[in-house]
Amino acid sequence: MTATVGVLALQGDHEAHARSVRALGFAARAVKAPEHLEGVSALLLPGGESSTMLKLIEAEGLREPLRAFCASGQPVLGTCAGAILLARDVSSPAQASLDALDIDVERNAYGRQLESFVTRIDDGEPGFEDLEAVFIRAPAIRRVGESVSVLARHDGQPVLVRAGNVWAATFHPELSSDPRLVRSVLAPLTP
Amino acid sequence: MSESTTPLRLKTGLAEMLKGGVIMDVTNVEQARIAEDAGACAVMALERVPSDIRKDGGVARMARIDIIEAIMGEVSIPVMAKARIGHFAEAQVLQTLGVDYIDESEVLTPADDKNHIDKHAFDVPFVCGCRNLGEALRRIGEGAAMIRTKGEAGSGNIVEAVRHMRQVMSDIKSLTILGEEELMTRAKDLGAPYELVRLVAREGTLPVPNFAAGGVATPADASLMMSLGAQAVFVGSGIFKSQDPPTFASAIVKATTHWDDPARVLEACKTVASAAMEGLDMDKLDPSDMLQTRGW
Repeated sequence: MTATVGVLALQGDHEAHARSVRALGFAARAVKAPEHLEGVSALLLPGGESSTMLKLIEAEGLREPLRAFCASGQPVLGTCAGAILLARDVSSPAQASLDALDIDVERNAYGRQLESFVTRIDDGEPGFEDLEAVFIRAPAIRRVGESVSVLARHDGQPVLVRAGNVWAATFHPELSSDPRLVRSVLAPLTP
Repeated sequence: MSESTTPLRLKTGLAEMLKGGVIMDVTNVEQARIAEDAGACAVMALERVPSDIRKDGGVARMARIDIIEAIMGEVSIPVMAKARIGHFAEAQVLQTLGVDYIDESEVLTPADDKNHIDKHAFDVPFVCGCRNLGEALRRIGEGAAMIRTKGEAGSGNIVEAVRHMRQVMSDIKSLTILGEEELMTRAKDLGAPYELVRLVAREGTLPVPNFAAGGVATPADASLMMSLGAQAVFVGSGIFKSQDPPTFASAIVKATTHWDDPARVLEACKTVASAAMEGLDMDKLDPSDMLQTRGW
């Protein structure tokens, strides 16, 4: 049976994630409420506005189910706003988070839209060399916990990190034609 | 002005991030705070909401810079601002100020009665209004990175936004069944760039995100527009001309997220216990007072 990948679809570019999931041969399901997580084998938290998503997560009672999914050992990837949701501590301004990954994140760390950019990652671990990365009003990872490995840096800054099954990128693989990152995250599953 | 080197992907990229969300018109810091607290994915800074522009008359211009700046300082979500149609100097000022998106808007009094802004010359992305596919593709041809329906701003009446969204969607569908040899004549009839017509015929969708605006006043209005194919919703007067802005704002956000789940749209409607903004009957509106006919 084809594995189903859940995409948090409260707000943001979840359709782009769903497209990249389907391109890899998996089924994609929009997750807007706790019951949508049933039968899901991996979870993607998309880009968008983290403050908006947080309010909707609280309103739908999704906070604990999402945390439980991250603790379950199944693959989880947060991109941009999704990385902010996963972090332990969020600044600029401070806001709540799922605390599912031991990193601290500063929102809009590069500035406003005029500072958004597309680049090739200049320092990636094997498998992530020259990864194409789209940064849009991107956050920055300001602290990386001991259990967390940095898989890619750009300009000396960590931009892709992982602790076990939970991955976070400050850029948008879903807006790139480079499938390597999502493929690696979903590698434990069979399409 | 020379061509911007900012890739279209970065400009449409921010619009991708706004999908499934609500962009709220705000005229001061207090309103911006209410909007962000209610879950707006962006705010649009302007001098007066459209229903006041309609009522007060006079020339409507880009908002005062000190107000836009204060709003940019107050919220962490993207801040958009409106420039007059064709007023590239207002747009340059807004780009230099650092707003995240510019709305070249028919809600303001047009500054050029023939030409829109050359949006390719800017690094900041633009959104423009449309009533049909030809108008959408002319704006995209000029460099717009997001399209929205015009609807009838400040009317509190959803009928025009519905008309425009249905027209755009129906125009797109009809393109996809045409033969390649029919596309040039259709491009001529639409008044749209041929290459963009070919692209839409092939893909069956606009090359940039397509949002709804112009008349959204209730949670059900937002759900309706999303159901018709809008990817996000702009709310102008609908929030701050209602009797309870924070409640309306939260309810419209909820209904936009859960637009395809009637039980949750009902929950959103139930939270509202006061009157929506007053609405206008289109038949009683003098054609010369229509904002949607501005733009060419």
